[in-house]
Amino acid sequence: MKAFTYQRARTPAEAAAAAAQHPGARFIAGGTNLLDLMKLEIETPPHLVDVNGLGLDKIEPTQDGGLRVGALVRNTDLAADARVRRDYAVLSRALLAGASAQLRNKATTAGNLLQRTRCPYFYDTNLACNKRKPGSGCAAIGGFTRQLAIVGHSEACIATHPSDMAVAMQLLDVGVETVRPDGSARTIPIADFYRLPGGTPHIENTLAPGELITAVTLPKPLGGKHYYHKVRDRSSYAFALVSVAAVVQPDGSGRVALGGVAHRPWRVPAAESAMPRGAQAVTDQLLAGVRVTNDNAFKVPLVQRTLASVLADARKA
Amino acid sequence: MIDSSDINQTRRDLLIGGALSATAAALPPMASAQGTDTGQAPATATPAPVTAKVALRVNGQRYELDLDTRTTLLDMLREHLRLTGTKKGCDQGQCGACTVIVDGRRINSCLSLAVMHEGAEVTTIEGLGTPEKLHPLQAAFVKHDGYQCGYCTPGQICSAVAALDEIGRGIPSHVTADLTAKPLLSAAELRERMSGNICRCGAYSNIIDAITDFAGRPA
Repeated sequence: MKAFTYQRARTPAEAAAAAAQHPGARFIAGGTNLLDLMKLEIETPPHLVDVNGLGLDKIEPTQDGGLRVGALVRNTDLAADARVRRDYAVLSRALLAGASAQLRNKATTAGNLLQRTRCPYFYDTNLACNKRKPGSGCAAIGGFTRQLAIVGHSEACIATHPSDMAVAMQLLDVGVETVRPDGSARTIPIADFYRLPGGTPHIENTLAPGELITAVTLPKPLGGKHYYHKVRDRSSYAFALVSVAAVVQPDGSGRVALGGVAHRPWRVPAAESAMPRGAQAVTDQLLAGVRVTNDNAFKVPLVQRTLASVLADARKA
Repeated sequence: MIDSSDINQTRRDLLIGGALSATAAALPPMASAQGTDTGQAPATATPAPVTAKVALRVNGQRYELDLDTRTTLLDMLREHLRLTGTKKGCDQGQCGACTVIVDGRRINSCLSLAVMHEGAEVTTIEGLGTPEKLHPLQAAFVKHDGYQCGYCTPGQICSAVAALDEIGRGIPSHVTADLTAKPLLSAAELRERMSGNICRCGAYSNIIDAITDFAGRPA
């Protein structure tokens, strides 16, 4: 690990300003992803701003009937919150499907949104990776791609986003509240938060340098039945090959989002209007423009079958 | 976290890695705020080692330390406090051997910086039991033969103590059928909740027996 200077921030605005004053600085909250990457020298921040003392650890009702989840609410606490379990079960289920209990106890809401990819070529500093070293190329393309993206990828990057929580957040249309180094605040709709890789896969979201996430707002509950079905190589503590988040209403309408298939949680509005017509119709819309390799072609039927399983469950009384 | 594909591609990685390492070494490190690199200049010279103060309690005893900021909670315990009961397995949050209880919650001590724990109360295996007075869960591990080499055992025991507390507090798991009901103390629940602790000797079924025995004993 490279040496770094360290400070404990006292307010969100102070944290954002401190990050902007130190080029290359990182915020640290749970640290479960950042420290792993720092040990491998994939991340080499010269300065860390510890945001654990900012008090952003509460879940509060909003005026429009939703919830505001502080950036530092730990994954365990968000999954276990009685209101989340009752009204946003898809979010509880997604959180509980991710990582281990030890990691969920430490990992935060904002940190989970900002997880870096687990593409093995990103993790191996001997290999070319445009996300790790812009312009160096992508050793994953033409390599072993079983875990990697099937939609929305580019000639520069075929990494996937690893988060389960973010798939549920995408489904729920959350807002990402932030503060910028000048102290101004804004809310980024999650639909505008993540970027596709294009030619700049190292730019993963629309945050500005030094911009700090302070909370995530959940809109008022959707009702319906909530599902998060995750398919992986082990039954626990493994990243998704494919995951399906869905909220299904009694009339068969609803929402669906996918994990494990793209550089960002994957949601296509046209696919949701096809939900009453069944899993194949929805999959055709979700994966329009799909480009697979020999290694990951299995993900296309896996999406269709996982979605069919969800819709079959939803039809049961 | 652990994925069979990592193993499958090892030989290929080595071959490509050999060809590319010279190029990679010539490129500057990339660093940016919050994963949003926006084309800012790469970080300049890496700073020299930096130390910072931290005061915390471990197993009831207060410590004030001046540590290299890079020191993980795990290395603080083992190298600075000489509490070597907590083990370093993978050092990347995959195996759970380093599990300790911080402010009542189990965490991977390898993935946390010591300086981030100002004012914390840390409990390690040394704080749960001693050779003369075993924690009842340690005794249950002995009774049920819940280990072979024993390396993962301190982490398993710290993790299990906290897992049972999590069940008691009604925290659901991936296998909890009804999210709004109190979770059960079943073998399926324990297996899921202990999935962050790897035992390469494969003592899993005896570990579950030991935890079940301990959990079911009269208070």
